[in-house]
Amino acid sequence: MTDFYILAEFTLLGLLASGISALLALSFVLVYKGTHVVNFAAGEVMMLGAYLYYTAAVALRMPPAIALPLALVGIALAGVAIEALVLRPLAGQPTIAILMATIGLASLLHGGVEIIWGQDPLEVPALLPRFPVNWGEVMIPGAAIGNFVVASLLIAALVAFFRFSRAGIAMRATASDPVTAATLGVDIRASQRMTWILSGVTGTVAGALIAGSGSVSPALAATALSVLAVVILGGLDSVAGAILASLIVGVLESLTVGYVGGKMRDVFPYLVVLAMLIVRPYGLLGTREIERL
Amino acid sequence: MNPAGASFMKAPGAAQGLAVRDVAVSFGGIHALRGVSMTAPAGKITAVIGPNGAGKTSLFNTISGFYKPDAGCVFLGGVDITATPVHARAGLGLARTFQNVALFRGLSVLENIKLGGHHLMRAGPLAALFGMPAARREELALRAEVESRVIDFLELDNVRHKPVEALSYGLQKRVELARGLAMRPSVLLLDEPVAGMNREETEDMARFILDVQEEWGVTVVLVEHDMGMVMDISHHVAVLNFGELIAQGTPAQVARDPQVVKAYLGGDTADAQTVAVA
Repeated sequence: MTDFYILAEFTLLGLLASGISALLALSFVLVYKGTHVVNFAAGEVMMLGAYLYYTAAVALRMPPAIALPLALVGIALAGVAIEALVLRPLAGQPTIAILMATIGLASLLHGGVEIIWGQDPLEVPALLPRFPVNWGEVMIPGAAIGNFVVASLLIAALVAFFRFSRAGIAMRATASDPVTAATLGVDIRASQRMTWILSGVTGTVAGALIAGSGSVSPALAATALSVLAVVILGGLDSVAGAILASLIVGVLESLTVGYVGGKMRDVFPYLVVLAMLIVRPYGLLGTREIERL
Repeated sequence: MNPAGASFMKAPGAAQGLAVRDVAVSFGGIHALRGVSMTAPAGKITAVIGPNGAGKTSLFNTISGFYKPDAGCVFLGGVDITATPVHARAGLGLARTFQNVALFRGLSVLENIKLGGHHLMRAGPLAALFGMPAARREELALRAEVESRVIDFLELDNVRHKPVEALSYGLQKRVELARGLAMRPSVLLLDEPVAGMNREETEDMARFILDVQEEWGVTVVLVEHDMGMVMDISHHVAVLNFGELIAQGTPAQVARDPQVVKAYLGGDTADAQTVAVA
């Protein structure tokens, strides 16, 4: 295999893998942007979504095309419940209190999932058909391409929603200035509820895609930890930043695996992230906080 | 004409009067408003004036619904709205602008103004998400309405696609006024509409406010420090001092009122002075 093909294969694999991590990053960014909550339970929400998909597909024997929407409805309800039961009572409390509440929520979800579904990995039916794609000497698993396509479509839909639809613009308005948005007749509570629903839906699609390429276990939630680096690199409140940072980290991870070795996968990209953050502490595209005195 | 579009094409919301009765607001031990009662007659321009800390902004925030008064009521067109949440007051015809320009950065002028029509849309977020035909029709109708009635009216056609942060301060204030108009208000609250503006910008804004009141028949209530402008354009003036209403009436009556003179100039009320009408 020539050098060029090695480079091409690992770059492509990295790019394709970044689709799912972009979804995860968005699940995080949406909540931060919409409600200024740093949601440490994003990984657990994704895991719960993946288990809901598993339950619909295996326990209820639904075909994937029905199981996924069912899981999305389930996670939407969970999002509404989280907003109403955990975040709403804490509105106006110090950031650190809310952050701690999301960490508590994370362990609650983790424990709950282990009680219901157990700790062992469960086999999940593939969401997408499996087929290898060959391009010269480069071989790409079809699932990687499928995952990337699904992730891209969802991200495009989200971007269009926020860019063009009134509801999306109202949500952006709520995010940037809730007081003014309320005077304009935007129901802030409804907007924030919608934020949690969209975040859950985004995470669940990512979770179902990951689980569908293998199995689902409580360890899935830990995936979100590495995404935290992506989110911080992109800028906590930037959708475009999350996408860009996912691509960068995805390709770096994959190239590290290809050239340095699998063990370095979890180290090298983060060294790069660290270096970038020294130069741009608010992330690639994040808002530089300006404190007014 | 489709039913969704019809709601935007009707005449602007009929002017409604605004009244507050015996409103008291306190923060801890500080009384921001002590039993204030005032009225803003329908279709007229009413100014709320007073020295710094007199309670003008507290009064505005109570009318908008951000403060729940300890006592007293707020009436919009005779209906008690004291318990109505902030976002629901928009639907009743109440619009406001803010002292610090409260536009949404990152959105264009047109997008900012269209947000004013948000409460007029009936399609839910899910319908909008999936681009349902009814939601799309509503969007188009709102856009047409905003283009023809608001943007042209306030002479913002040249900047409609610019990001708001690229505009001068005076223009930003005008975009905020435009957004208020896009709400089809019956009562428009303006919090210091000409603060920080130069002479020319102030005159433009005064002209727009008069046009809005005359052509749209909107009840305008404004808080303003620029006494010259207040006396020029207001029909009715209410004066607050230390959280209490000390006078209300026509600009001429208020300017002669001994208590107002005292509040503004300190001094002895015995002297027959009038507040400088610069």
